[in-house]
Amino acid sequence: MINKITDDALSAVSIVKDGDTVLIGGFGEAGNPTELVHALIEHGARGLTVVNNNAGNGEIGLALLLKAGLVDKLICSFPRSSHSHVFTELYKAGRIALELVPQGTLAERLRAAGAGVPAFYTATAAGTDLAAGKEVRSFNGRDHVLEHAIQGDVALIKAQTADRWGNLIYRKAARNFGPVMATAARKTIAQVRASAELGAIDPEAIVTPSIFVHRVVLVPNPVIERDHLMALEARP
Amino acid sequence: MTWNTEEVAALAAADIPEGAFVNLGIGQPERVANHIPPGREVILHSENGILGMGPQPSPADEDMELINAGKKPVTLLEGGAFFHHADSFAMIRGGHVDICILGAFEVAANGDLANWSTGADGVPAVGGAMDLAAGARSVRVITTHTTRSGAPKLLDALTLPATGRAVVDRVYTDLAILEPAGNSFRVIQLAPGETFASVAAKTGAPLLVEAP
Repeated sequence: MINKITDDALSAVSIVKDGDTVLIGGFGEAGNPTELVHALIEHGARGLTVVNNNAGNGEIGLALLLKAGLVDKLICSFPRSSHSHVFTELYKAGRIALELVPQGTLAERLRAAGAGVPAFYTATAAGTDLAAGKEVRSFNGRDHVLEHAIQGDVALIKAQTADRWGNLIYRKAARNFGPVMATAARKTIAQVRASAELGAIDPEAIVTPSIFVHRVVLVPNPVIERDHLMALEARP
Repeated sequence: MTWNTEEVAALAAADIPEGAFVNLGIGQPERVANHIPPGREVILHSENGILGMGPQPSPADEDMELINAGKKPVTLLEGGAFFHHADSFAMIRGGHVDICILGAFEVAANGDLANWSTGADGVPAVGGAMDLAAGARSVRVITTHTTRSGAPKLLDALTLPATGRAVVDRVYTDLAILEPAGNSFRVIQLAPGETFASVAAKTGAPLLVEAP
């Protein structure tokens, strides 16, 4: 019988190896698989390349992973926020590499990897510094930039509900990068708040079908990032 | 006399037609949502996977899994939908979003836009700005006419790194509504009390007054 559900986050993330590319879902504080990232810190794989829209907030989740010195390179679209001091300090000290990618190009590079498309052309960033050094080709009289797929080794994402096959549904805008990252990694681990009996999730409503999910970690009460950030702000 | 930020937002809102799909950038453009004329149905898109985004909730109803591109709590209108990032940016890059309204550091007379990098040291961040500049069918800008130190933001040519080339259709400032016209800006409307000469003095490119 297939059963991908576990409550052992550490054993689930132990498939991550030194030097892996790890895709981490989330936008702002919605959809961050914080408990999986904390397990990854405990696991201790080093020299990682991490793909996330942002660069972590406060000293939790991705920010804590960066602080632990386990990440060599971050691929993201918006590494600046009011609580991104951990990344800012590492970046200014030259201790982490940054590949800045327009957000839609980031999503499409992941989608392409998931669909077996090695590269594609896009009008986004044509004529800008972010196209520097990239092949440019004109289609329909307009310049387009060649962008390469981002293949992940492991994706860590957060969803709302899973069944034992690994079918996923999400919650509101916490969906964001989860479904596309699930397709773009060789192994995807999803943390979910709840499990459902097989057949209980409406097949018409399944967002990520089970083929894209390898392990499900049940985390019924995930940490609320805003509470952590407010506590940080209250700190003297 | 100039227009205040709410008046500028209302002017930009008045130019959005019924039924339009609109993406509002972080900051000043967000205010446009508060000024859509009553009875006019406009569907707001948020890049993190929302169509039919509604106003800010009361503090008791805040849900940090329902946030806008600026990471602030919002609501979902009846008819609204959630979707993932690749679909969200297919809407933008595939030319399905009718209008985006962005902030700007600089706009050039040929429609070039700079709003992602100050060129100085610090952490660069682009987010969805380049996708919107390239993909939205109409790119509009809300900005102050000059910087805090009084330097013009509407220029002959950009001095800062570009977000997109020849993309801006219309600019709403505290002094005027203008359109990039190639080598100059065409003045569509002046704020009360402003004159062609007073605005020209604060613009880094020639102005045109004739009708389009």
